[in-house]
Amino acid sequence: MDSATPAAAGGFEPRITAFVCNWCTYTGADLAGTSRLQMASNVRIIRLPCTGRIDPMFMIKAFERGADGVIVSGCHPADCHYNAGNYHARRRFAIFRELIQFLGIDTGRITFSWVSASEGAKWRDIVNDTVTRVRGLGPFTAYRKLVVDPATVPAAKVTSKEVPA
Amino acid sequence: MTELRELARRLLSEGTVNAVLGWEEGPRGARPAFVTTPDGADRLIFDPRCVHDLASYLSPRRPHLKKLGKVAVVLKPCDARAVAGLIRETQIPRENVVLVGVRCGGVLADPESTAPLSETTVADRCRGCPDREAKLADHVVGTAGAGFPGPSRRAQKIEELAAMPVDRRWDFWQAELSKCVRCHACRQVCPLCFCERCMADKSLPRWIESSPHARGNIAWHITRAMHLAGRCVDCGECERVCPEGIPLGLITRKIAQVVSDRYDFRPSDDPAVPAPVGTYRMDDPQEFIL
Repeated sequence: MDSATPAAAGGFEPRITAFVCNWCTYTGADLAGTSRLQMASNVRIIRLPCTGRIDPMFMIKAFERGADGVIVSGCHPADCHYNAGNYHARRRFAIFRELIQFLGIDTGRITFSWVSASEGAKWRDIVNDTVTRVRGLGPFTAYRKLVVDPATVPAAKVTSKEVPA
Repeated sequence: MTELRELARRLLSEGTVNAVLGWEEGPRGARPAFVTTPDGADRLIFDPRCVHDLASYLSPRRPHLKKLGKVAVVLKPCDARAVAGLIRETQIPRENVVLVGVRCGGVLADPESTAPLSETTVADRCRGCPDREAKLADHVVGTAGAGFPGPSRRAQKIEELAAMPVDRRWDFWQAELSKCVRCHACRQVCPLCFCERCMADKSLPRWIESSPHARGNIAWHITRAMHLAGRCVDCGECERVCPEGIPLGLITRKIAQVVSDRYDFRPSDDPAVPAPVGTYRMDDPQEFIL
């Protein structure tokens, strides 16, 4: 399992944020852990009540805070604890994915999946595949460069005290 | 025009409405007008310079309209789609407004222009627009030109962008979005952006950085596009009012295409048609979900 082994010293290790639903994928990821499945350790999981709670803004925020990739995962269709949260989310994710693709973000950085509470092995594969793929894409420097560098902001020439009355 | 003025005069003198929202001649071309007296009806005009979407005045975010009570509003077919959106989302009761549709064969790109309407001066969004009059309207007045054939230049530009490699597209959008000064004119003018408190103004937590720099700008424009997904009626006002000339219509049109292709939804002036976001089908396509 190549993706589960740490890259050579100095190699790029992607930071992946996972937004998962409490009822299926979080439990599935928990199962992967209790089953001692070996997987890449690059993923930080954020547990939410439902995929319906996952606002596309979360993914933008993850990129803003330095994530190189994002995983979004929840209950399979017809399995939602709240009946329809994942159906609503599916439409939003579809539109969001096309939108960011249009704005020039590589959709390879975002994985959408359905992982049920019993699919620990599928979670492992999702994690490993995503880490391998994002490692291939490299660090998301394009997004990180959007940060304002204070050094490039010209200093104000007139302070408020100097403004004539 | 006489037909429009006579109708407005009648609605006002009979007391059906307390005000008519239309367009009048201003110092710099056509401008929105609030007519509250029967005699004022003679101020009203409609010609290809009347580009403004008056439906945005009906938005509940604008409290001054409540004081006027029942109003009539003059609508082009695209504006009627916005009114239908407001009714669909229970923002205005249908019985509180009288809708006066004007037949429309396209408007100018620039309301200050004095050029005649032609293939070169028409607003890009009017190219390929199939609607000549609003079906939702209570009254329909005027005559319409034949309209202009599509495809719009915007549609061509969207295809051109889609064919680019993803990082070239990123560069294109960064060059455009870095111009944004975050004046939020696109939000203020939008008839469907009616939240009393916008996500962009929230500070705890600060979801969208408010200062005009690239990272906050892309977050704002993504959020705006997502919140208008399946709701944008393509009135073109956001792009027209943008002081930096950012081609916002490309984003909203792209999303409209996605919504149309995936969920077979096109903005209509029928408030009974459910919005695509907020509803779902069990068998929605999910080819991108593993």
